[in-house]
Amino acid sequence: MARHQRQVGLPRWLFVPAAAGALFVVLPLVAIVARVDWPDFLTLVTSESSLEALKLSLRTSAASTVLCVLLGVPMAVLLARTSFRGQGLVRSLVLLPLVLPPVVGGIALLYTFGRRGLLGESLEVLGIQIAFSTTAVVLAQTFVALPFLVVSLEGALRTGGERYEVVAATLGAPPTTVFRRVTLPLVLPGLVSGAVLSFARALGEFGATITFAGSLQGVTRTLPLEIYLQRETDADAAVALSLVLVVVAVLVIGLARGRAT
Amino acid sequence: MSLALTAAVDERDLDLELEVGDGEVVALLGPNGAGKSTVLALVAGLLRPDRGRITLAGRTLTDVGAGHTRTFVAPHARRIALLAQDPLLFPHLDVTDNVAFGPRSRGRSRADAARTAATWLDRVGATELADRRPAQLSGGQAQRVAIARALAAEPDLLLLDEPMAALDVAVAPALRQMLKRVLSGQSALVVTHDVLDALLLADRVYVLDGGRVVETGPSRHVLAQPRSAFAARVAGLNLVAGRWREGSVHSSSGLRVAGLAVGEKPAEGAWVAAIFRPASVGVFREPPGGSPRNALPVTVTDLEPRGDLIRVHGVDLMADVTPQAVADLGLAPGDRVLFSVKATDVTVYTS
Repeated sequence: MARHQRQVGLPRWLFVPAAAGALFVVLPLVAIVARVDWPDFLTLVTSESSLEALKLSLRTSAASTVLCVLLGVPMAVLLARTSFRGQGLVRSLVLLPLVLPPVVGGIALLYTFGRRGLLGESLEVLGIQIAFSTTAVVLAQTFVALPFLVVSLEGALRTGGERYEVVAATLGAPPTTVFRRVTLPLVLPGLVSGAVLSFARALGEFGATITFAGSLQGVTRTLPLEIYLQRETDADAAVALSLVLVVVAVLVIGLARGRAT
Repeated sequence: MSLALTAAVDERDLDLELEVGDGEVVALLGPNGAGKSTVLALVAGLLRPDRGRITLAGRTLTDVGAGHTRTFVAPHARRIALLAQDPLLFPHLDVTDNVAFGPRSRGRSRADAARTAATWLDRVGATELADRRPAQLSGGQAQRVAIARALAAEPDLLLLDEPMAALDVAVAPALRQMLKRVLSGQSALVVTHDVLDALLLADRVYVLDGGRVVETGPSRHVLAQPRSAFAARVAGLNLVAGRWREGSVHSSSGLRVAGLAVGEKPAEGAWVAAIFRPASVGVFREPPGGSPRNALPVTVTDLEPRGDLIRVHGVDLMADVTPQAVADLGLAPGDRVLFSVKATDVTVYTS
């Protein structure tokens, strides 16, 4: 394989803003590490409320990742493999949570699944209450994380193209067989990195969660909410927990990049 | 397992009819954009015609007319396999699983499908590749496996889209021999640019141009006596079509070529075609005197080395001359020259 080698030099001054940008991202992370109360670190992150928040975060993020895969894969396939009127509009709407302030997402969910919400009243009749429950946490996280999965999977599907699927069909494979034995295995790397990104986004979810699910210890208080709360009373605990989330984020990025290359 | 197709696709200006007999191998020849790949897409069910009907082995696969679709069988239910220029082996499956894909998709058991795969890998001479991944195969090996995979699906009709085009010149002959062997008794439609493919693999050829069939017949016949400019070009011959008047062919572009008619003398005004070899053509700046020669005004479009000779391309005609002659004449693209050919070197066929 030929290595890409630049023949034309880059302007030297370009390095200055680039370095400033990199520093801008890295410096706050260094600040956290510097501020961590190392002797008490373990005690701080293993306090009862911290552990409960961490466990809740992992559980709800895993659940919302599963939901993202179940809902997002069919969405991505339909967006990548079909064309219909208004497809552009549908795609924009699906991607809306990417740019929507999460707190707005939370309010929207509240007026959908809340007691007086669009579906909430019918659910109430059935005896189902969603708002301010762990289910609400999962829904809030799924709402903000779903676009990540759809975007990365749709990209993988488009890049891969349809040629293998055409061959599979002419070999006599019905659509479900083609989907199961050709489409899915070929986009598996894209699906995994999409799921990893969704998981990371769900783990960091704050605004929609606190609006739609509240902050009940052990029920809806995820790690980001715990950090926010601790900051008022015990700054050292907040910093220690922040570092835990930084480490998780770094691991997630490493995992996603590892799959991509 | 015979195929009959009548189809029109307005967007691509295609309107044609063709047939493939039971066990017959038919080649589709034609310049780029002639509609060859469109025909394959129509037959495979990847494209819906505006009007038309396609039947295979008595089953109607496509029936579209008067603005609505009466029948359109999905690609996977047509029992038609497609082999493209690019082998397109599934990268996540090993060679055996690739070849077993068709039988498995038709509901055969894993063991049964693996046996079928082994049989076909043996027939294409690729048994030793059975456990490899597609990424570990050379282009020729991958195409062998792709052929085995297509045939293992036991199609009623096999479509081949320039199966040799992406291959090394060195491996193409062996693959062509193998293909000829495994295609015997198999109904197949082969799109090709290569006159050798058409001659060796196909019983019959259709020459397409501009979305129409311009010529059809047994391969040997069409290529030995081409009547369309494209068939002549793939056969490496010059062709001037026109009306027969006073012992000469008069083309619509104003060329006049005297020649010897084959068989019965054509009637005055009949449509005929004059054919001559590029090697029989001399190139001149001034009209040559002496013997009764045809002198055809040509604008040189390209000069191409071919072995010891240089092929001088005009718009429709070509001449093979020595490098010495090119140098003496100082030939360059854009020059207006005369192609000269003796009437005795020109064969005239009635269209």
